[in-house]
Amino acid sequence: MTIVEKILALHSNKSSLRPGELVNAKVDLILGNDVTAPVAIKEFRKIGISKVFDKDKVALVPDHFTPNKDIQSAENSLMMRNFAKEMEITNYFEVGRVGIEHCLLPEKGLVAPGEIIIGADSHTCTYGALNAFATGVGSTDIAAAMATGYLWFRVPETIKIIYTGKLREWVSGKDLILYTIGQIGVDGALYKSIEFMGDTIKNLSIDSRMTMANMAIEAGAKCGLFDYDEKTEEYLKNRVTRNYVPVTSDSDAVYEKILKFDVSNLEPQVAFPHLPENTRAVQEAKNIKIDQAVIGSCTNGRMEDLRIAAKLLKGHKVHPDVRCIIFPGTQEIYKNALKEGLIEIFIDAGAAVSTPTCGPCLGGHMGVLAKGERAVSTTNRNFVGRMGHPESEVYLVNPAVATASAIVGYIVHPEEVLK
Amino acid sequence: MKLRGKVFKYGDNVDTDVIIPARYLNNPKPEALAQHCMEDIDKNFVKEVKKGDIIVAGKNFGSGSSREHAPLAIKAAGISCVIAESFARIFYRNAINIGLPILISKEASQNIENGAIVEIDLSTGLIIDLNANKEYKAEPYPEFLQEIIEAGGLIEKIKREVS
Repeated sequence: MTIVEKILALHSNKSSLRPGELVNAKVDLILGNDVTAPVAIKEFRKIGISKVFDKDKVALVPDHFTPNKDIQSAENSLMMRNFAKEMEITNYFEVGRVGIEHCLLPEKGLVAPGEIIIGADSHTCTYGALNAFATGVGSTDIAAAMATGYLWFRVPETIKIIYTGKLREWVSGKDLILYTIGQIGVDGALYKSIEFMGDTIKNLSIDSRMTMANMAIEAGAKCGLFDYDEKTEEYLKNRVTRNYVPVTSDSDAVYEKILKFDVSNLEPQVAFPHLPENTRAVQEAKNIKIDQAVIGSCTNGRMEDLRIAAKLLKGHKVHPDVRCIIFPGTQEIYKNALKEGLIEIFIDAGAAVSTPTCGPCLGGHMGVLAKGERAVSTTNRNFVGRMGHPESEVYLVNPAVATASAIVGYIVHPEEVLK
Repeated sequence: MKLRGKVFKYGDNVDTDVIIPARYLNNPKPEALAQHCMEDIDKNFVKEVKKGDIIVAGKNFGSGSSREHAPLAIKAAGISCVIAESFARIFYRNAINIGLPILISKEASQNIENGAIVEIDLSTGLIIDLNANKEYKAEPYPEFLQEIIEAGGLIEKIKREVS
């Protein structure tokens, strides 16, 4: 069996499973945020039971329109807060202690290998980086799971992608995943599980693995999974105290297909509007002037990302015509960045630094674009109107390209700033 | 159940950000969401759509965000069914869970034109294009999902199970 088949089998009392089977599986953690939880709470009330199935296995994270941007979003947050109190939810995170959900839950030790995590947020697949089966579902799904502790799943086919070669300087997990989506398309892994394998992956940091797993959904995938190794073990140390069992695919596992990418010559990638599959090497992005650079999000808001931004911004200034906005993913990341002196570098360079929030990634607040404006962004989607006006544009890049572009004023290769 | 309506035709990869832009997610009431459904790709949709009308689209309909607000907006706008070549998986779950009928048919998706009048028999999956006088058959639902549909959505099914 593949990783996802094994995890689903273990959670549904089956000795084996094949793609296409439908199972009712036990879930280990259920996530909702301030946009999706209010809809879920309304559905949960209709069931007519007074308690969630396990108050320790629900995480409610107000991160999208928080600190609340308007009265209606404040009402939604209030509804979620009251529900959390009423249900005595252990893992409710208030503003000031909250972070962007997919940066926060792994950091808090709420994700472990072999577990099933569902979230009413499409980027829940991020936790595949830690060898967990994690997938985005809807609000009604989490309402049902909060009541019963179970959810239905179709066992997905698995695509294995093997990456080989040493990455060049300024190339990261973001470029691997953008390149992959460019190769297979935004529905290239629709309904399927992806296993990210190969020597390139073994050498990749956990932060970069999370970036890759995070964007598996942008190829339509149900989940993007990684093997457990010493890097995973190191990350989980002091975070996860409960027992867990890592899962690997069997040598005779059946894959729908196996793709191989030699990435030793891969250049930093740019996904042009309005689909993440419109990827090209950064050198092909010529004379693309930008108004805004966004660095952060559940895709690229971790320490590795902020360190790269600081490395480039040190001794430089953000271009006079550019707004550069940096979003550390969690309070812990923010504090570490402060300790390392990164925040000071950002401020000296003329960048804005925000409290953790999803903010502009989905055109919510804290950096919404006007008509005709263009942003370079380390986020995950460049759909029509994603960051604001339907006639604005988003170019998806890694943190190095976003930072270098913020300095120069148009999209450039980072080596143009730091040779 | 028989449906009949006028077709609004769209292309591939209609994402949930255009079905209902995030700037309207702060009010999750279905009727409020419906007022802005599809507006970033089709300003006339909300003005023209009538109860019972049908959306026909290409591949990967409903891609992107997990927001259940997307099928809620479509349903509250009056759309009786969405036909596509394929659906993004979270949208597919959400539509089944909230009781928005969706059908998969590559041929119907490719051939039915904007503005056509279409009749659908949900019990058999039969799609009839009355303008072109052509018939198509949608893929049947797996039995497990049929149970959710027949119960009237996932919550109704769970209610029966916990009571």
